[in-house]
Amino acid sequence: MADTTSTALSDEAALAEQKRKEAYFTAGQLQLIWARFKRNRSAMVGGAVLLSLISMGVFAPFLSPYDPTIAGRDKTYQNGAPQIPYFWDENGFSLRPFVYTYSRSRSAATNFRWVSTVDKNKRRYLELFVTGWEYHVMDLNLDLPGEFFDINIKLLKSDTHLFGVNEGQIHLFGTDSPGKDIFSRTLHAIYTSLAVGTIGVFIAFVLALVIGGVSGYYGGWLDGVLQMITDSVRTVPAIPLFMALAAFVPDEWSAELRFLFISIILGLIGWPTLARRVRTHLLTERSQDYVLAAKLCGASPGHIIRRHLLPSFTSYIIVDLVISFPYMVLSETALSFIGLGLKDPVNSLGVMLQNVTKADVLLNYQWYFIPVIFFMALVMAFVFVGDGLRDAADPYGDHK
Amino acid sequence: MTSPLIKVENLTLQFKTDEGLITAVNDVSFEVAPGEIMGLVGESGSGKSVTAKSLMKLNPGNAVYSPESRITLTTDGESVEVLKLETSRELKVVRGGAISMIFQEPMASFAPAISVGDQMVEQLLLHTDMNKEKATNFSIEMLERVGISDAPERFKQYAFEFSGGMRQRAMIAMALSTKPKLLIADEPTTALDVTIQAQVIDLMKDLVDEFGMGILFITHDLAVIAQTADNVSVMYLGKLIETGSVRQVIREPAHPYTQGLLNAIPKLEHLDVSLTPIPGDIPSPLDRPSGCVFHTRCSQIIEGKCDSSIPATTVLKEGHTAACFVAQGIAEGAMSAS
Amino acid sequence: MNDDKGMKKGTPLVATKNLSVHFGLGRKLFGEQKVVRAVENISLDIPKGSFFGLVGESGSGKTTLGRAILKAAPISKGRINYNDGEVDYDIATIDKKQLKDYRKRSQLIFQDPYAALSPRMTVRDIIAEPLEVMGLTSSREETDERVREIAAKCRLNLEHLRRFPHAFSGGQRQRISIARALVCQPKFLVADESVAALDVSIQADILNLLKSLTEEYGITFLFISHDLSVVAHVCDMVAVMYLGQIVELAPTRKLFSKQRHPYTAALLTAIPSLDPDHESKAIKLEGEIPSPINPPSGCRFHTRCSYVQDRCIAEPPEWRKIDDEHFVACHFADELNL
Repeated sequence: MADTTSTALSDEAALAEQKRKEAYFTAGQLQLIWARFKRNRSAMVGGAVLLSLISMGVFAPFLSPYDPTIAGRDKTYQNGAPQIPYFWDENGFSLRPFVYTYSRSRSAATNFRWVSTVDKNKRRYLELFVTGWEYHVMDLNLDLPGEFFDINIKLLKSDTHLFGVNEGQIHLFGTDSPGKDIFSRTLHAIYTSLAVGTIGVFIAFVLALVIGGVSGYYGGWLDGVLQMITDSVRTVPAIPLFMALAAFVPDEWSAELRFLFISIILGLIGWPTLARRVRTHLLTERSQDYVLAAKLCGASPGHIIRRHLLPSFTSYIIVDLVISFPYMVLSETALSFIGLGLKDPVNSLGVMLQNVTKADVLLNYQWYFIPVIFFMALVMAFVFVGDGLRDAADPYGDHK
Repeated sequence: MTSPLIKVENLTLQFKTDEGLITAVNDVSFEVAPGEIMGLVGESGSGKSVTAKSLMKLNPGNAVYSPESRITLTTDGESVEVLKLETSRELKVVRGGAISMIFQEPMASFAPAISVGDQMVEQLLLHTDMNKEKATNFSIEMLERVGISDAPERFKQYAFEFSGGMRQRAMIAMALSTKPKLLIADEPTTALDVTIQAQVIDLMKDLVDEFGMGILFITHDLAVIAQTADNVSVMYLGKLIETGSVRQVIREPAHPYTQGLLNAIPKLEHLDVSLTPIPGDIPSPLDRPSGCVFHTRCSQIIEGKCDSSIPATTVLKEGHTAACFVAQGIAEGAMSAS
Repeated sequence: MNDDKGMKKGTPLVATKNLSVHFGLGRKLFGEQKVVRAVENISLDIPKGSFFGLVGESGSGKTTLGRAILKAAPISKGRINYNDGEVDYDIATIDKKQLKDYRKRSQLIFQDPYAALSPRMTVRDIIAEPLEVMGLTSSREETDERVREIAAKCRLNLEHLRRFPHAFSGGQRQRISIARALVCQPKFLVADESVAALDVSIQADILNLLKSLTEEYGITFLFISHDLSVVAHVCDMVAVMYLGQIVELAPTRKLFSKQRHPYTAALLTAIPSLDPDHESKAIKLEGEIPSPINPPSGCRFHTRCSYVQDRCIAEPPEWRKIDDEHFVACHFADELNL
């Protein structure tokens, strides 16, 4: 395609073009990353999914109609199948979604097991913003060793929930064997996993920055020593560690405390990878010409780190943080599944999956696996967003 | 008239990138005769490397050739259209066979973990029907021919054990061992010290005399071309703006860019003359000027013409052409006057 | 215009005496540690107000010498003195406070315009950094004022100041580097191959800018380059280095009309001329440049010199004055007619 020989663009178009170019020239690093990220469709989809899952987790108490712990169980509907709201059936159309009424009876046909019968004529309508069980928007209850350290913060009591039914209970994802609503449990599990991931990643991040940073910037024998420490922490095997910790953790620790403990431990063994990356990056960057230029102005190491080196790996750090998240979530899931991590009543995917290993469940109560889909979506969303960020990051990479 | 070794016609090449289609080479045509040294001169963004790689279809996957582009390679009376070749088997004839290439950074073209000798032998085994023993002996001979002392020892060494100049010579040896008809040299001396550069240039001239191959010599250094090449083509932002014999282009530059370039080069013989840069900056390929690509920096611009229409290639003299309205005017004036 | 100001009478701005810079390479548990003798026994004076050229090929130590003067490379032996009339520092034993002051007076312009600017800082911040770090201004307005002033001198306008380095071409980036180096009003500037990475048409622009700025601000300039033609056009005096030592020093015109050291002569003849019919009387230097880890004994150039005698292998030549303002290190400089 040869260049067109048409006359110059109209003034408006030229002005718009000029503005776009100017925006590109003055765009800081984060703006450039965002601009590139936006063009990556799978990353944007992943981002949308991620945001919705996170909001579901954060607003879990509001969105769950029932208390996910034993206290909120539905004795009349144990191991019950999911109840799907309908808008329309033989009895007519209804603007408000409704569910049928279920009743249980022991049936001789199935060897005196419980059997649910559906009464299609009795409808129970869904209502929005119902009053239900009480919860606190922020509830922190830590029973740390020693009276002095106990933390007990309860804020903003509320009892409104997004939806419910006028009579009985609605179980969108069914219930498990004691009768706990799986939908509520799933939402709370997302929240817990995100919380564990956040704390773990935060601890890992701070440690990695400090250790990797000192190592990479100063080099020399300090680097050597720190690298030995990093490598030894990395080789610690996770399962035996957690087995030992499980034996060591006293029983009287509350579920929340246990949860905090697990998160901290995950963070403490998760920092080496990120630290190594920080160190490598610093080692390369500190021999760049622009660092020498700063040194020749008499800049202190602190200034150089702050103004030149740290911004240069902000993009890597963001990517690493986002990518470490799913690993934390999956580690916690695995540990809780084998009983070394969290326990009831604290809810997480691992805890929910603890009951899944019976043949009974696999054959008859398949809805126990619904939370797995949510977690797969969560992990994959993180991965897509992380990959998208990694592709979008380092926007200065190929500009010559 | 013997058909040219390489005939490039209307080569237009664009790259698909995030920012859209970027034109790297725009409607370039030139010829290289057998045994001729043709210099391809240009600064950054001129598209000279991309043009050279097109001769072997070595450009990356996002390269889009326009349908009018044609590159014809003629050896021993047989013609091949390079851009129509698709599979690597077909391209093998061209790559490393009839055409060889040497690069600016010799460290980049030798695999670091294989000895230099093994790489040379591998190439010979691929392109000729020599057996391993013959290939080894021939390679050692070639190393000696390019002036590497202790060739049998060097044959077994690795690329990092060679100095810069030696690596470049070894690369020339490797490129020439398949007796190509055309050698493409992409900035072969830019990374070398000036005393080593002089040695390598002399070597290349001797080898051309001995092997009778053509060379497409790509560089930004007009002085090297002046000493080495027979003909020169000057490129700017993807367009071939002037071509002719070395004496014609350097002594009577017709295009304002060539004139500007010659004025900007520091010459040892004229220490009194101050250096005159070409005003402005080379436009980014994303921002190609309309009309004549050089008009944004030209001092002889004809308003209304140079910024809107693309100048055609005018023949100024036998073998000397330029794509410029001003040059066209001068040529027409000279012709009507005579 | 070039004019030989001649050596200013009076104290030179920078005086090095018997300066050696050695780098240790790795460490062996038993046995000698390998040492790179990058700079060996150099005594060189840079006159105040001069545009001083330092020329050499790879391994010559020219970059190391420049950095040692700025105290960015370790001084193993010898002295460097800086005296600009206001202060007199012994660089080897300078203390922290004096070093801070010295940094205000001496700056470096780098070779690679793409690596010299912090990619995540705006141009305004990059240029302002020396002022902010050294505390040379008392308010943000004052800083902005000075930044704008120096940017205008380097032909960077207000819009450019808000942009990031990725928006600029090589030549523009180099101008930003120059602005950064000049903003603290230094008396001494070292340009380390500052135009080597630029296109020829831009090179001339940057060189002219450097010359005008140094004349306007009265800066002494150490111009390090491997490109003799460039040095010939801009420098008053030229020192030629080979493998860590200075072999010849003279005012530019003198050096280019008559060389007294065989290496200088060979270097000059190796430069390709733009004249295709130029009869090259090139003195071909055989062999490779030796490694600075194991330099040859006696005169370091003896392995490649066509005039080598026994004395050259045994005894290092003395650095002596051979003519008015013309120094050379060669045993036979008087007898040789180069």
